[in-house]
Amino acid sequence: MWLSFLRPGDLFLIFLALFGTALSFPILWLGGAGDRLVIRQEGAIFLEVDLQTPREISVPGPLGETRVVVEKGRARVAADPGPRQYCVRQGWLSRAGEVAICAPNRVSLVITGKDAPYDSLNY
Amino acid sequence: MIPSITELKADADDLRVARLAAAAVGLSLVDAAIPLPLPGVKPGLANIVTLLALARYGWKSAAWVSGLRVVAGSMLLGQFLAPSFFLSLAGAIFSLAALALAQYLPARWFGMVSWSLMASFAHIAGQVMLARLWLAPHDGIFRLAPVFALAALVFGVVNGFFACRLQQELFSERTPS
Repeated sequence: MWLSFLRPGDLFLIFLALFGTALSFPILWLGGAGDRLVIRQEGAIFLEVDLQTPREISVPGPLGETRVVVEKGRARVAADPGPRQYCVRQGWLSRAGEVAICAPNRVSLVITGKDAPYDSLNY
Repeated sequence: MIPSITELKADADDLRVARLAAAAVGLSLVDAAIPLPLPGVKPGLANIVTLLALARYGWKSAAWVSGLRVVAGSMLLGQFLAPSFFLSLAGAIFSLAALALAQYLPARWFGMVSWSLMASFAHIAGQVMLARLWLAPHDGIFRLAPVFALAALVFGVVNGFFACRLQQELFSERTPS
């Protein structure tokens, strides 16, 4: 009997709303994906690359070479001469504002995006 | 003693609006008593009364009922002129605007469930916009929008059904069968 209250337009609007709501989840939640990687060495920008092209980058530092791997949409530190390996264990970075810092070797990685109004360290 | 010069005469319209607004205020207190995990997510039961007022007495009555409900309800909850008052005011204004359009939809195709849905989505749209502009001026608020939209969908449909049912219950015996 509850269904008898529904008119055709009601059903149409319910489906429209359902569709819109379902669509809003991926659009608004997957936003903030980064699109560029900024590598700094001694605080100065060493390299700024696009996250879409896979590549491997070696960054020289006082302890040796930090090896950075870029894959489609994400990047990570693959190897670092630092003693504690924090930046390696940070894993993949993909969202705008994510960082990995290899302090002993003075190398840092930051993902930047169109909508990264603050960075997660200074905020 | 000086006799009062202005005398307010309540006509039938006023009494009807007052009665409906009282029902709406009561429902908004029920609303406030229901615990829900996220601030801003509420069933909005009071809007059932707004829908009924619109269906039965027209947009002006609905606007009065809704406005009185927001003001009186917030006073009873101690939220008058607090942020949540402005949020519900923004929601009420937006949903009344949506209802102003919705009432002209062809009745053959669109019933109160449509009205309710349009009003509930307008409600959250108004609230999110106010929140973005004033309370939390950061785009992060839009991350919550899908959750609000889901709530608007569910409660919009449910309230629409309730409104249909109540309309049938309250007003059907008045029309000669």
